[in-house]
Amino acid sequence: MKLATTNNSRRLTLKIIACIKQVPDSEAKVKAEGGQVTWGDAPLVINPFDEYAVEGALLTKEAVGGTVTALCIGPESAKEALKHALAMGADEAILVSDPALENIDTVAAARVLAAAIKKIGDADMVMFGRQTLDNGSGLTAAQTARVLGLPMLGWVGQIKVQDGSVIVDRVVEEGRVTVSAKLPAVLSVVQSIGEPRYPSFMGIRKASKANIPVWTLSDLGIEAPAAVVTRIELMNPPVRETVVEMITGETPEAIAETLADKILREKVL
Amino acid sequence: MKTFVYVDHFKGEIQPASWEAIGLGKTLGSVSAIVFGSGVDSVVKSAFEYGADEVFVADDAALEDYRAEPYASTLSALASAQTPDLILFPTTARTRELAAMSAVDLNTGVLTDISALEANGDQLVATRPIYEGKVLEKTVCSGKPVMATIRSRFFPKPEPDAGKSGTPIKVEVKAEALTTVEGYSASESAVNLGDAPVIVSGGRGVSNNPSLVPPDGLDEKAAEIWRAQQGFALITELANVLGGAVGASRAAVDGGYIPYSHQVGQTGKVVTPDLYIACGISGAIQHLVGMRNAKVIVAINKDADAPIFKQARYGVVGDLFQIVPALTAEFKKKLGK
Ligand SMILES: Cc1cc2nc3c(=O)[nH]c(=O)nc-3n(C[C@H](O)[C@H](O)[C@H](O)COP(=O)(O)OP(=O)(O)OC[C@H]3O[C@@H](n4cnc5c(N)ncnc54)[C@H](O)[C@@H]3O)c2cc1C
Ligand SMILES: Nc1ncnc2c1ncn2[C@@H]1O[C@H](COP(=O)(O)O)[C@@H](O)[C@H]1O
Repeated sequence: MKLATTNNSRRLTLKIIACIKQVPDSEAKVKAEGGQVTWGDAPLVINPFDEYAVEGALLTKEAVGGTVTALCIGPESAKEALKHALAMGADEAILVSDPALENIDTVAAARVLAAAIKKIGDADMVMFGRQTLDNGSGLTAAQTARVLGLPMLGWVGQIKVQDGSVIVDRVVEEGRVTVSAKLPAVLSVVQSIGEPRYPSFMGIRKASKANIPVWTLSDLGIEAPAAVVTRIELMNPPVRETVVEMITGETPEAIAETLADKILREKVL
Repeated sequence: MKTFVYVDHFKGEIQPASWEAIGLGKTLGSVSAIVFGSGVDSVVKSAFEYGADEVFVADDAALEDYRAEPYASTLSALASAQTPDLILFPTTARTRELAAMSAVDLNTGVLTDISALEANGDQLVATRPIYEGKVLEKTVCSGKPVMATIRSRFFPKPEPDAGKSGTPIKVEVKAEALTTVEGYSASESAVNLGDAPVIVSGGRGVSNNPSLVPPDGLDEKAAEIWRAQQGFALITELANVLGGAVGASRAAVDGGYIPYSHQVGQTGKVVTPDLYIACGISGAIQHLVGMRNAKVIVAINKDADAPIFKQARYGVVGDLFQIVPALTAEFKKKLGK
């Protein structure tokens, strides 16, 4: 963390990294077909959970000053997701791309992200989404924190930076837990942070011209970490044959009586 | 097979899926429960009652509040020394972190949100949802121990046996912490949707009752929230009569009607109750992926063309402000409450 002097007021310049992934759009009709996952011609987009990570990074930058770097492991096409982060307001973007990274598990992704974060250097905060839409494991943030030996603040809905520390509200099943840690730290951000901003017209223009560096494993000076978790089979979930039965009646009370009887007969209470 | 089960609790309040994990472990062999915290005698006692063959306990002031680093280090050291084949966790915000970090320490991997686990020779094959449950995958983990977090309500819960007890085995605590817990507020947002057998959810429709006249002096937005709160009061009453929890759509959460922890769906919680009653929810795909595996779905909506009806077992086209209170009254009568 560096101190910068602007207009006589001393502001922190935090270096914030937001880790994002590219995934098929949430409206996509995803299926298992011939041992592959397919989604027709649905577009690939920034993982929706990671928009909160970018939003959290931008809010923090606006509050205390600093820069936001978006970081992604993915194929060349994932540059589009990075451009979305740039258009939202990130200052720079880096893609880590290597054919050897096609089928990595989360621990491997964490090791690669950790190496990239070290190469970027001087990070004060590393932001993650809660989980990915595709793999959906929600492990990578904590694993990256562990590899880097940094404090882990998960499921964060509010962020405050103060005197070299970060104070967050974790939104967990039981309520809100306020937790602090010295910077640098790793955070995963949830929806309570606030709606992710839409890219501005200027942002989209800037992003379309941005030069996004691509780092390979050899640029990071590491080998492809072997995957410990592997998929052996893909399946479509069993189709549920639900035929809706519409309940009608003369009055709300009559409808309620019929409906309550039907529900009781289902033996779910 | 030697299985460890991490019993997750918050200030002594135990995640019931911990017991479902013990039940699952028992189908594979012996089960040792793991209990961390401070002053956790009652958690240890319950672990024996729910069938743990032995209980490892780290009861220490340094573990008073859950914090990722000391919990993960203590767990990793225990697993290194005891070499279990499998460690099971209920799936919560805490256990995802804890399992994730220990897996790094132990050079293994985590299978999250599993809905089935079979032994195939000496390999464990887990079934888990990917792409928001639009597809399922079978996965294996080549590291040891295999770590897995189980989905709530997918595995049978064993019956506790109050006669069972034992002496727990003390575990050495690795206390280095990188975070400090400053405070906690249960707020009205404390809700455990994952374990609820019944969920009654409200959507944007709960604010749509023009005949309700808000108190003077509220601007348009405040009046909308006030109306929605009257709507959610009706939904809460029905949930209470059915012994269930209150859920919400994202539109209701974004509208400021109810806290985020109630949100069901892609960016909220994925739930599988026995009964899900959707009130004033249109049924967008991002909501459906969160609740479509409920056993029985009931939809109450003004609009006969709302997509939610395609997922429902029973549907009512009507005003939730009339139907929900009538249903509450009916169940009060029928359930003798
Ligand atoms: C990336 C992403 C993630 C998302 N994640 C989630 C998520 O996790 N959960 C989620 O729910 N959504 C999520 N959404 C939003 C989702 O697309 C929908 O916008 C949202 O579910 C709509 O909520 P709703 O059904 O309450 O509101 P609406 O779609 O506005 O529907 C309101 C319904 O109420 C009915 N209604 C109105 N008045 C009454 C009345 N008096 N009585 C009865 N019925 C009435 C109307 O007919 C209508 O069908 C996500 C969207 C995106 C893009
Ligand atoms: N390929 C990737 N590139 C960059 N960040 C990633 C990648 N995969 C996962 N992440 C980050 O890790 C979070 C959790 O991912 P997961 O553990 O796969 O659910 C995501 O929300 C992202 O912030």
